[in-house]
Amino acid sequence: MAQAKPRVKLQKTATVGEVVVIKSLISHAMESGQRKDSAGAVIPRQIINKFECTFNGQPVFSCDIEPAISANPYIEFTAKVNESGKFAFTWTDDDGTVTTSEQEITVQ
Amino acid sequence: MRLSKLLTSALLAGAMMGAGVFAVSAQDELEEYKRMLADPFANPGWLYADEGEALWVTPSGPKNATLEQCDLGLGAGVVEGAYAQLPRYFADADRVMDADTRIAWCRQELQGIPFADSAKTAFSKRGKKSEMEQLTVYVASKSEGMDINPPMDHPKEQEARDIGEALFYRRSAKLDYSCSTCHGVTGSRIRLQELSNLTDQAETGAVMATWPTYRVSHESVRTMQHRMWDCNWQMRMPNLQFGSEAAVALIAYLNDTGRGSPMASPGLKR
Amino acid sequence: MKMNIKIAAASVLMACLSPAIAGEVDPARVEAVVQASFGELTPELQALIDQDETMKECSLHRDLPPSEVADAIIARETASIVYPADGVLMGDWKVAIKESNNGFGWRLGDDPAKTVGGNCTACHQLVSTEVAYGNLGPSLMGYGQGQTVDDELIKATYNKIYNSQSVLACSQMPRFGATGFLTPEQIRDYVAMLLSPESPVNQ
Repeated sequence: MAQAKPRVKLQKTATVGEVVVIKSLISHAMESGQRKDSAGAVIPRQIINKFECTFNGQPVFSCDIEPAISANPYIEFTAKVNESGKFAFTWTDDDGTVTTSEQEITVQ
Repeated sequence: MRLSKLLTSALLAGAMMGAGVFAVSAQDELEEYKRMLADPFANPGWLYADEGEALWVTPSGPKNATLEQCDLGLGAGVVEGAYAQLPRYFADADRVMDADTRIAWCRQELQGIPFADSAKTAFSKRGKKSEMEQLTVYVASKSEGMDINPPMDHPKEQEARDIGEALFYRRSAKLDYSCSTCHGVTGSRIRLQELSNLTDQAETGAVMATWPTYRVSHESVRTMQHRMWDCNWQMRMPNLQFGSEAAVALIAYLNDTGRGSPMASPGLKR
Repeated sequence: MKMNIKIAAASVLMACLSPAIAGEVDPARVEAVVQASFGELTPELQALIDQDETMKECSLHRDLPPSEVADAIIARETASIVYPADGVLMGDWKVAIKESNNGFGWRLGDDPAKTVGGNCTACHQLVSTEVAYGNLGPSLMGYGQGQTVDDELIKATYNKIYNSQSVLACSQMPRFGATGFLTPEQIRDYVAMLLSPESPVNQ
């Protein structure tokens, strides 16, 4: 079964000091741990519990994610860029799996 | 995409997060939420299209072949623009097929995956994603911006459309409903869900252009075959079979009625 | 009723504009397609996809039957009406008010032990306190207000719910009693909901 890479939307260039909007979308069932199967047994929780973004290694934005967030989480935030570099994004699953993505930006 | 106010407030507690320098009034937050929903990038349907695109070029099935030779009506391997010109008659299968049916057929002929298997797994359930949904939304996404324009030259194409129209008005089952009961007039509403008038070009076109769609309440992409099954189920009918002649005929009728509207799939609906 | 006239007017307009008119496709061909599209069916499920005479005629005429056909439908459907065995046609409005919001029942997979709801609010406005109502049918708010609730009115209301086509041929409203969707005992609860002065519908 194919598993899509996360999608990240970020402009390729910016001016010094510009505030850019970053959008991310990742495929994940986000099983809350509240649901029961047809036999009445609780379906175990399995969610992405943390999202982090760094720029050139420095933390920019992170959040702890709770079971209230529904499937295929969409996260949008802003960042001020002063120099060219690389944004790195990390999604951490309850089971420890880490998914990463990177995107460069040129700042003039 | 139209969302009822009820849906908007129900979803407000749910999926989306936004950080940053936005005003904190409730109305502003609601407007911000609506803006985020309207952003096509936010549509998880695109993740399914990505998965479908990967599946299309991945060898699979007993024949260990890809779908790259699949003829969706515009020639073997031509994906762009094909969805907008379906359903259509295919000589090799000697029947009219919609996108779902044709893709399932290609899986059988090219990859050796039996049609019945595709049909059985076509509608994803919790914990079990459907490859058919991923493939069909991928194909549909490649018709983005192109006008819905299924051919109507072959007698079987005309017949399928006419049968679809007759089915649209067919009253049956314990509620005596036909499609036209709910979808025959502009301005109808069941509870708070607006109902599209599927005898009107503009309203029908707006609907057919945005299927396949990501259905938030299903947490999955759904295709027109699912929509036809779902309508039948709600109307207290038995299971309308995937790829059946009735399902394809209805889709042929609806695409003919919606002819001219530009495709915008994946859509985003409740 | 206002909504039915609106539907009727729209259907006439639509019939003038659309190229394919009712009857252009061989009905037998359409039926063959239907029979082939639902897989293996038990007799019970088969009965759901088969049409009775009234359904066939309404489908053929797209719910605008000519007057002789309409008269025949009304006569046929009137003859189908069954009343509760004890002849009491007004039931418990408290039950019906609750079930008027219940859209459950008769779908494949629905638990047969659970109560089938009339789901009136899907199509009708009933009470001023409920804003989530549909507009496929006319508002029933205040249905019993200012009325003399005599046997004639009670029976007419029962008949309408049991079989809407005993009143209006090819009505879009389900023939709740005739198709077996609701029982006569359930229907009399809805009659009370509409006519009883204590019912929220009439507050």
